[in-house]
Amino acid sequence: MATEQGGSSSTEYIVHHLTHLKVGEGFWALHLDTLIVSTLLGAVFLWIFYSAARKATSGVPGKFQAFVELVVEFVDNQVSEVFHGNRGFVAPLALTIFVWVFLMNFMDLLPLDYPALIASAAGAHYFRAVPTADVNTTFAMSITVFVLIIFYSIRAKGLGGFGHELFTAPFGSHFLLWIPNFFLNLVELLSKPISLAMRLFGNMYAGELVFMLIALLGFTVAGLDLGSGLGFFGQVVMGAAWTIFHILIITLQAFIFMVLTVVYISMAQAHH
Amino acid sequence: MEFNATLIGQAIVFLILIWFTVKFIWPPLTRAIEERQKKIAEGLSAADRGRQELEEAKSRADAIIREARERASQIIEQAQHRANDMIEQAKSAAAAEGQRLVAAAQQQIELEASQARENLRRDVAQLAVRTAAKLLEREIDERAHADLINKLAAQI
Repeated sequence: MATEQGGSSSTEYIVHHLTHLKVGEGFWALHLDTLIVSTLLGAVFLWIFYSAARKATSGVPGKFQAFVELVVEFVDNQVSEVFHGNRGFVAPLALTIFVWVFLMNFMDLLPLDYPALIASAAGAHYFRAVPTADVNTTFAMSITVFVLIIFYSIRAKGLGGFGHELFTAPFGSHFLLWIPNFFLNLVELLSKPISLAMRLFGNMYAGELVFMLIALLGFTVAGLDLGSGLGFFGQVVMGAAWTIFHILIITLQAFIFMVLTVVYISMAQAHH
Repeated sequence: MEFNATLIGQAIVFLILIWFTVKFIWPPLTRAIEERQKKIAEGLSAADRGRQELEEAKSRADAIIREARERASQIIEQAQHRANDMIEQAKSAAAAEGQRLVAAAQQQIELEASQARENLRRDVAQLAVRTAAKLLEREIDERAHADLINKLAAQI
């Protein structure tokens, strides 16, 4: 895979693959690769599920509808186990997270250099194909979830109740305990979006990096000697093994993100 | 790790995806699933009901057949009875008729016999009268001697 990169050294190769296609500077810079891929995958998600939803029949479903319904029912069952109440918003939220994150993670399974190759044919020098290996994506999602947690907390307990809980739980309502209570609650609240985002980002970033390291083994192929043979063997066999293992990881990470989101929202509704 | 405006863009994309899913994808799919679940439940209960009704109908049909069989055997028995009765009646009627015929024939015979005897007696009386007249060479007035003749005839 890596041989297309020609004479570039290992460091250059990795740095090249870890650089975003970026426009602008400072905070207002945009990662075009992340935005394009994630938007495209979001459109794919909407297109697949909407075309099934539009033609959904309560009679005998076709294979396509059955597949979509399988996913929908799987998500709905997961949500109904954790979240009690009207699932009209939370369940489709969970479906969106699960499928979108899965599709974005799936980009990790594409041969490492191909997206970059296609992008360079379109004139872009850098291209990172896995949007979930970009902190901006994972934090954008987890911060949205965080806002929803706050919203559901306030809706369930009222603004006063939520504020009261911030200062009086878990130790008690003595005024000396307000500060430690608030500090603990702040940590607990903030840890949710941060852990949610960092877990997904870390997994996908590390996975991507391992793919790069495996691809580097191909750099050692120089001729018909033992070292080249080992390198080629390593790239093919380990690459295949890691890809197969990664199928589990990308699904699991999408699932974890979905379930934790639902758990956090359902916790937000519960009283301490 | 570098935070920039991509975060805002991704959040907007995420919100659009959520909105679209909540609004246009989730409701029709769950509606279809729930309707199908309801249909299947109804179908199953209808099948159960049908099975129950079939069993009931079967037992009803069995009862009807049993009753019909009983009725049929009753009717056959009655018919047999009546046939026997009719045969008996016919037999006794025939016997009575026979006896009557025999009696009538006997009566006739007796009647004829007595008539024959009467005739014979008269003939014999006349014969006797005629014989006597011949013997006496004298005409016996039949009318004058009717009493005598009759007395004679009765004596024979």
